[in-house]
Amino acid sequence: MSGLRVAVRSLGEVLITLGALILLYVVYQLFWTNVTADQATNATATQLRQEWSRPPVPARPGAPTPAASAAVPSGDAMALMYIPRLGKDWVEPVVQGVALSDLARGIGHYPSTALPGQVGNFAVAGHRATHGQPLAYIDQIRDGDLVVVETRTEWFTYVVDRHLIVAPTDTWVLDPVPGKPGATPTASLITITSCNPRWASYQRWIIFGHLVSTTPRVGDTLPPSLAG
Amino acid sequence: MYAWIWRHLPGPVPVRVLIALLLLVAVVALLFTVVFPWLDPFLPFNKVTVTASMARLVPVPVG
Repeated sequence: MSGLRVAVRSLGEVLITLGALILLYVVYQLFWTNVTADQATNATATQLRQEWSRPPVPARPGAPTPAASAAVPSGDAMALMYIPRLGKDWVEPVVQGVALSDLARGIGHYPSTALPGQVGNFAVAGHRATHGQPLAYIDQIRDGDLVVVETRTEWFTYVVDRHLIVAPTDTWVLDPVPGKPGATPTASLITITSCNPRWASYQRWIIFGHLVSTTPRVGDTLPPSLAG
Repeated sequence: MYAWIWRHLPGPVPVRVLIALLLLVAVVALLFTVVFPWLDPFLPFNKVTVTASMARLVPVPVG
């Protein structure tokens, strides 16, 4: 009888422990990943602004100019992104790479695609649920909305052309000219990818846009597209 | 299991409660910093990129 009692009690303890584990996991996903991602994002943005406030390191004579996107080391922050539709204070660092470790620190830049403002397609990805969820409300972005990208020297203002929902394997959305494989790009485009539906992954939400204006970055002055 | 741990904690009741709480914190910390992050790549809502292969969880940067 006592053996049965121990067995039932042990089973009860195991079940309670499993329940507690699952609850803890929910807390981790819904709360803790956002806490750590927000910290990492803020730290990355602050670090980038500090770096920009210092004079640029002069390139060594003969060193290759870092025009190619691949020249930006993986994990390095390259820009700050502003999407006014997602909030007046919405700002995210853009980090080179789209691994989970990169996406935990901001918006990830597909390394094989163009840099901000370059002719070609500046393609980025961001979390829509958990891990800071910067693109939680990507579905609220309307055609004609602005996506502003700040680099050390320039403000690039993109305007959203359209959104669409594609399969996770539709890498054509990252092409220099999406929809025209092999075409030589003549315009500066932007592609933003995130998951769809928000808590699932069997599709991707895609936003396309194109560059409408480039403003030199002078001090803390905001570009016309963000001011006012 | 929990009764066994309780029996094996040293000291009077207040000390045992303290040690038990510390153990709990340590376990939760281990879960949040090691175990749960390890599960992240398997979650659907962490897949936000387009990749050529469905089998690949994280795209390998090209170029």
